[in-house]
Amino acid sequence: MNVKVKIKRFNPETDAEPHWETYEVDVDPMDSALSVLLHIKWHIDGSLTFRKSCGHGVCGSDAMKINGENRLACSVLVRDLVKGEGDTITFEPLPTAPVIKDLVIDQSRFFEKYRAVKPWLITRTPPPERERLQSPEEFALIDDATKCIMCGACTHACPSTWADPDYLGPAALLKAYRYTFDSRDEGAEERLPVVDSREGLWKCYTIFNCNEACPKEIDISRWLSALKRRAVMEAAAR
Amino acid sequence: MIFSHDVVIVGAGGSGLMAALYAKEGGADVAVISKLHPLRSHTGAAQGGIGAALGNEEEDHWLWHAFDTVKGSDYLGDQDAIEIMCQDAPRTIIELEHYGVPFSRNKEGKIAQRRFGGHTRNFGEAPVRRTCHAADRTGHAILHTLYDQCVKNQVRFYDEFQALDLIMTPEGVCCGVVAYELLTGEIHVFHAKMVCLATGGYGRVYKTTSNAHASTGDGMAIVLRSGLPLEDMEFVQFHPTGLYRLGILVTEGARGEGGILINDRGERFMERYAPTVKDLAPRDLVSRAIYQEIREGRGINGKDYVYLDLRHVGREVIETKLPEIATFSRTYLGIDPVKEPIPVAPTCHYAMGGIPTNYDGQVERAGRGSIVPGLYAVGECACVSVHGANRLGSNSLVDLVVFGRRAGIHMAETLRKEGRKKEPLPDNPDRRVREMLEDILSRTQGEPVAVVRADLQQTMMDNVSVFRTEETLNTALEDLKQIRERAKRVVIRDKSKRFNTELMDAVELGFLVDLAEVITRSALNRTESRGAHSREDYPKRDDENWLKHTLIYREGEGEYRFDYKPVTITRFQPQERKY
Repeated sequence: MNVKVKIKRFNPETDAEPHWETYEVDVDPMDSALSVLLHIKWHIDGSLTFRKSCGHGVCGSDAMKINGENRLACSVLVRDLVKGEGDTITFEPLPTAPVIKDLVIDQSRFFEKYRAVKPWLITRTPPPERERLQSPEEFALIDDATKCIMCGACTHACPSTWADPDYLGPAALLKAYRYTFDSRDEGAEERLPVVDSREGLWKCYTIFNCNEACPKEIDISRWLSALKRRAVMEAAAR
Repeated sequence: MIFSHDVVIVGAGGSGLMAALYAKEGGADVAVISKLHPLRSHTGAAQGGIGAALGNEEEDHWLWHAFDTVKGSDYLGDQDAIEIMCQDAPRTIIELEHYGVPFSRNKEGKIAQRRFGGHTRNFGEAPVRRTCHAADRTGHAILHTLYDQCVKNQVRFYDEFQALDLIMTPEGVCCGVVAYELLTGEIHVFHAKMVCLATGGYGRVYKTTSNAHASTGDGMAIVLRSGLPLEDMEFVQFHPTGLYRLGILVTEGARGEGGILINDRGERFMERYAPTVKDLAPRDLVSRAIYQEIREGRGINGKDYVYLDLRHVGREVIETKLPEIATFSRTYLGIDPVKEPIPVAPTCHYAMGGIPTNYDGQVERAGRGSIVPGLYAVGECACVSVHGANRLGSNSLVDLVVFGRRAGIHMAETLRKEGRKKEPLPDNPDRRVREMLEDILSRTQGEPVAVVRADLQQTMMDNVSVFRTEETLNTALEDLKQIRERAKRVVIRDKSKRFNTELMDAVELGFLVDLAEVITRSALNRTESRGAHSREDYPKRDDENWLKHTLIYREGEGEYRFDYKPVTITRFQPQERKY
């Protein structure tokens, strides 16, 4: 089928402002949105720039705004983006992040926030000879959160992040949840003060945009609510 | 700019991060340069698991794991290295667990283990539960945890820096790499006491592959261009179950959890090819069986695919143990594996060959003991060789972590013991890279990269995949001759300095052409069938003449030289391989 592909282009080296370019391409409804971008880059305009790698929703490179929603380009098909012949698909970079070029954003702030929450297992008890035991029930608490691929779709869909660029945002807070609720972790005392802060959990107003944006369908709001309860309890105990 | 570090690791997948972590913990100043952000590395796509004889589910021994690996390798794996891998595997998995890897658990709270192809108890009796996993996203769980640990340990990362050349002194000591910074278009020199390549595989040489776009074999090609050999390049693994037409991986864990392959008549055809282990036969065997069924007209509706049937496995197991592949199947094919079988066909998956190393990751110039000072290689780009002619499923992640760890420890210890100084940089270490990039940027007329690359991938798929003959291999070589000339003239439209991915596409095309040529030539040279290398004109394994590793050197453009290296045999004498 023939579709129009509208892409927000910007190369700060040569352009004063971003501009839209439209391409007409022949696509299969079962093609992914990433395949559409690749077709344009490979056969129409090699200067079109975006990140990509695994091509099937695992590496998290190609989060972008497609038809107004944050999605992974490789994980959404044309048939879900257009109704019929001649329809338009729009591509923009993830909102509110500085644009490096076309659909490529600068993720340095995003990863600074990730680093801020001490995103690693903190333990004090010396490790046993064998694995630390963890029951399937304990594992189930973190299973969903460990699916996160750090693509940034959630954080860049979050109105609190749009309003306050210093807010840690859902991706970093989810990482804090993933470690704090890991039965092997003993770092709540170090980690919770980071998230129980002005730029932390309390800027989450449970708007659910993160859940909707997450390409791995993680129930982010649920886990952030659990982290809020934990933070309140720990603060009360102190 | 010139950056200076004790250890520079190129690539940030499982093996690169393991090497970084252990070298850093050993006191070295470590930098990791990666053409992608580390979390985008292809290790993250590894699904089914990581093999280690932990014995959490049933009796198991490292020696059984070693035997299976040797037999799986069709006796081409080096048994000293395999013994080390299988002995090191359990404690390395335990270390990963202590680092926080979120493994799936069994009822006792221990790391859960499942069956996988070619892994057996008591030297081939029956399948054994050996493969540790985090649902069907084991690589993702390991990659993210290792990155978290590297961040904690303040490993220095240079993200989106693409290594394009090695820096060697006239005496043949490696003292750094030249890298291109995507953001700025600047060419940088990394001056180091030790360089460790961890650049992964080259699946993008083939049209249908489970590999990421980034899997272009950069490290292997750079080594080849530096006059060093590559080992066993004829051995390319095709995974039996890629999603039809797309090549996206469907883990062997799907068969480990009970899935079966069926043909157009609804027959469980693996019973005929591997009566004992059936659908859990090694990948080379299953891929050949699928093609055989297709050739004999039993592909689904006479087409070039078969079905992977999970319906009897049940919704609960699919949703808890195989959720990712269920999603892929629904997203990309519109097929719900709970209700319908999944159309699958073999997909290029893994490079058994690569940069020859010893079991501490040190690169070898000409066989055992001939170390290239300052240069290490680990992971898929390296060839230790633990996989020989065919890798077993769940042995790739274990190779990454075991040998990444060993190389990291070895580098840190060597630095501590020898207190070695950096070799002075040769004059203009970045000259070759500058000339290469200037040449590409200066062209104004020619074909786009994608057109030439597609022809390369097509001829490799048609002529150098699961079955090979002298005729198909010569056809590929003829095609590659033309493709090489065309690749030298590709034109890019993006001439900007900023984030120029098209320029890197053109460079990577050059790497792919080099690798396609050494794969094809090595395949033509080996006149026997062994593991994944199946020559229809030489259908038998020939231990008398070919129980040896191939080394291929590039002597000049289009000129190659072969050499050989004996296989190390410790406990297991070659036998006929039956499953």
